[in-house]
Parts: sequence; structure tokens; C-alpha cells
Amino acid sequence: MIKLTYINCLIFLFLVAGFISCKKDPDPVEPVPVPVTGSVILNFENKFGDSALVLNTGTYITASNDTFSVSKFDYYISNIRLIKDDLSVYAESESYHLLKAGSPGSLLLTLTGVPVGTYTGIEFMIGVDSLRNVSGAQTGALDPSNGMFWSWSTGYIMSKVEGSTVGGTELEFHIGGFKGVNKVLKTVSPSFNAATAIVSETAVPHINISADLAEWFKTPTNIDFTVTHSVSIPGANAKMLADNYADMFSVMGIEN
Amino acid sequence: MIQKMKLYGWLPVFFSLLLFSSCERDPVVKEELPADNIYFVVPQGWPTPHYDFTGNALTKEGFVLGRRLFYDTKLSKDNTISCGSCHQQFAAFAHLDHKVSHGIYGLLGIRNAPPIFNLNWHSEFMWDGGINHIEVQPLAPITNPVEMDEDMAVVVSKLQGDATYPKMFKDAFDTDIITSQLTFKAMAQFMGMLISDKSKYDLYTRGEATFTASELNGLSLFQQKCNTCHTAPLFTNLQYMNNGLDTVFADAGRGKITMMAADSGTFKVPSLRNVALSPPYMHDGRFNTLEQVLEHYVHGVKNSATLSTELTTPIVLSSGEKADIITFLKTLTDNTFIKDSRFKDPFTP
Repeated sequence: MIKLTYINCLIFLFLVAGFISCKKDPDPVEPVPVPVTGSVILNFENKFGDSALVLNTGTYITASNDTFSVSKFDYYISNIRLIKDDLSVYAESESYHLLKAGSPGSLLLTLTGVPVGTYTGIEFMIGVDSLRNVSGAQTGALDPSNGMFWSWSTGYIMSKVEGSTVGGTELEFHIGGFKGVNKVLKTVSPSFNAATAIVSETAVPHINISADLAEWFKTPTNIDFTVTHSVSIPGANAKMLADNYADMFSVMGIEN
Repeated sequence: MIQKMKLYGWLPVFFSLLLFSSCERDPVVKEELPADNIYFVVPQGWPTPHYDFTGNALTKEGFVLGRRLFYDTKLSKDNTISCGSCHQQFAAFAHLDHKVSHGIYGLLGIRNAPPIFNLNWHSEFMWDGGINHIEVQPLAPITNPVEMDEDMAVVVSKLQGDATYPKMFKDAFDTDIITSQLTFKAMAQFMGMLISDKSKYDLYTRGEATFTASELNGLSLFQQKCNTCHTAPLFTNLQYMNNGLDTVFADAGRGKITMMAADSGTFKVPSLRNVALSPPYMHDGRFNTLEQVLEHYVHGVKNSATLSTELTTPIVLSSGEKADIITFLKTLTDNTFIKDSRFKDPFTP
């Protein structure tokens, strides 16, 4: 057996170094054509029924006739996919967004690297998928410093509404739960209503999506604030509200 | 997984890799080189760890940063409490003589600060298992109003403004932009490296030490009466059990997390490694001595709907047998661990 001494090693390494140069040989394979891509902007607008949602000063009336104001309306949108007319799918990578009412920049999402073509549908999850709830420390939209994470019982708060009724009842709806019977994750695909988003290298379509807070408190279950005004753990109440808000998003229009 | 390698033996390999990769940057090389004596080794005969630093490459710089964070009072709102305040090395990182955790402003927590070691084998943390990953565990005490009462965003901004930390993050993670994620990853490197596997019991199982007659008898009794829940080599089965402390539960324990009646009054079975170092005992610290604990199992177990089936028939032990079990439990004390200079508070000379 050859004894590996440092001298031997060095000689060997210099020999090897001699054979290696930093110049790359010309690539014999034809370069794969880079797919032509563009961007899409998703523009979320928070509403209550037909009214624009205004934090703190706006007052709104629920299906159960409770009058209340809203101080916070934050939610996660994740795993965004666009469906093309040929049924191929664009899936945004690292697709996690925290949308916060009162923070206009957070309501405008730019999807990049979208292959050019005509898109007929969209799909996304309300909340953060199970995997990221069990994968340790995250950053960006998923940073626990964002106030959308339970520290005592690990898991993301998928969506959050806070406010108060005219009668002075504090409202706190922190909706979460990512596993088993307590799962509140909703994958939704609001209809384009026969409209299309045409992606090219130069034109950036805007898809305008409304988030209707009124939907939180009706269909299938009307929420009566005298009965249900605080939900801060996973469970039946959280599921009830998530079932309600699953249809809060609608595509209002697409500007190509 | 990084295995133990002799640093010098790998130098030629390292230089060869450098040569082969000289045309482009290859950060992988740095990560694969074991940094001094900071490497993760699964002790012989132990199960596969749940966490092996995948996605959080262990480096000496990351470990040293995590250690400083662990002992730094900056992580609390008024800069008075560190993780190390309630997790003391000499007590195997438990809080000696404190029934429940003593936090900020002199406030008391509701549970006994558990010892910290061999965490990489745990998939859930805290007495109630509410936390599902070692990296997010520190968030709970940092933000708890009766422990450190600090906002994680404020912690990050304090660290960013500190004279020392940006450079340490740069050394550990190649960026001086501090985030909560990197803070937690560094802390996981320190906490995950707290491995206790050098007790007299460990030496005995490796044939490097002999047991006295009393220790041997204690071991034999332990295997018959205790090992079902306090299963070797971790000395916990990592399950949640009601060990008959109460008939009515002041603290629902695991039930608070799962919201299931079947879990009410159950708590995670604690490891018995270093148990002689870390009194008081139980989730609320109600017992001060091991004698009291054994007495509970012999005469004190109270019935309730969720009582562990292992305890429905009383454990029978003579006083001599109890003494032998305690003698055996003391062989689980790991003096190497509690004196390991790698784990010492860097703020005290």
C-alpha cells in the first residue's frame, strides 16, 4: 500500500492541478432554449360585501345583524398556481405571502417566471401548508416575528380578524390548525368567469381579486358575535369560520 | 450526518476539493469540514435521531453563536433573563431547587423547567409536547409573558444593533443580516449538541466500568419496574402519560394541546438521565427528592380516567429495593456533560 504522506499528497495534487485548467471546453450540446416568460400581478382588494374595507373607522353589519369595526384583517395565501389554456400549470416557487389590510404593498403580489401564454384559471391555498408548519424556523412571510405563529403549540395562524362590536365586545378570530380533524387549510380556485390573463414578455396582466370579510360570518354558518367572539385555538370553531371564509375570494376582473 | 473525523487526516482531501472546485465557489466544502470538536455523533446503540442538523449545517461558528444566544440576557425584554437562567449546566440544564420557572419581573411560570440534553431524539418539546421542532422551541420562552416576555422582532433588532453579533452571524451563516430564522438555527446547533452519553451507566454498558452489587440490583429492578416508560438508552419512551399525581388536574398538560379528554392530565415522560442532578421532580416540581418520587409510585398513585395502565396496579418495592434503584439512578449522572467546557456560559470567565 502506498503511504499517504504530505509530500506524496502535495506531489499528487500538483500533478492533478496541472491537468486542470479553468477554461471550459466548448459545450458540444445544443443549448436548451430558455422558456420565454413574463409576469402576472395579483391585486387583492379587501371588502365587506360591496363596501371597501376600511380599518378602524369603517363599520359593517354581519348577516346576524351585529355592527362592528375591524382593526386587523391578515391572511396567508400560499401555493399559488396559474392554469394555462393547454392545462399546463405554473406553480410559483417559495409561494408564501402574508397579506395585511392596511399594508397596501402586501396586497400586491407579483408572480415572475410565468411562461408566456393564455391563462384561464388560478388556484391557491388560504393558509400555510402542513409541511411548513412542521419544518422548523422559517423566514420571510413565514417568519414567526410576523405575529402569525403560535409559540405554545406550534403552527401558523392562517388568517386573523380582530375588531370590536358597537356594544364594546372585543372580537378576536385567530384561525389555525394544520393537521387531522382540526385542519383549516382551504385550497380555492376562484373563477376567471371566462376571462383570460395573457402573459407575454412585455405585457403584465393584473388579476384583481376581492377578499370579502362578510363571508367569514355567514354561509354555511351565521356567526353571532354574542355567542362567538373569540377563537384563538384550533378546533371546531376555527373550522366553522374557515368553512365560512373558503368562498371569500372572487376574481373581479383581469386587465391585460 | 457529520461523523467524527480526524481533522488532519482530511486536510489533503480538503485541498484536493479546493483544487477541483477552484473554477467556481463551492460553499459545501466549508460545511463538510468538521470544525474542531463540534461534530454530531450518534452514540453507539442509540436510535436514529429525529434531528440531525439537516438544513442547518453544523459548524463551530454556528454552535458558538448559538451558545452565546443561549446565555444572553438580551433575549428578554428587560435584559435580565437568559435561557441559561433557568437551564443551568450544573443541573444538566434544569433549574435546580426551583419548582416552576422563575421569569422576568420575578414572575413565576406554571411548570418545572426541564433539563436539556439529547434533544435531537425528540420530535416534540415541552412537558405538553406543544412544540414540534427544536428550531422553534426557543420562541415559546422568549415570548412567554412570565418568562422572557420579548418580541422576536425586537430580539432580532437588538442583535442587529449589537457590536458583536453581526460578525458572528457573518462567520456562521455568511450574512450579517440577522433574522429570527438564523437566530433559531444557531440556537438549535447549540441545543442539539448538548448530548449526555457518558454517565457511569454508559461506561458500564460499554464494558468500561463495573457496577456495585447495589447498582446491579437497582438496574435489574429498574428494568422490571420502570423501563417501560423510562426506556433506555434515552430513559424516556417520549410518550405522554398520567402518572397518578392527581385525581383532578390543575394543569391539563398534553390535553391542553390536543384538546382530547384522553390526554388530560398527561405529560411527557421525562428522561431519567442526570435525574439526581435536577431536583425538584414532576411537571410542577412537587417532589424534592428521589425517595419521595419512588414513594409516590409505591404508595401515592391516584386513580383517574387517564391514569397510565402501567400504574393501575401499584408498584411493590421494599425500602432496600428503593435504595438500590436510587443508587442505580445516580449512575445516570453524567459529570463529563455538566463539566463540558464547550457548553459553558461565555459571559462568565
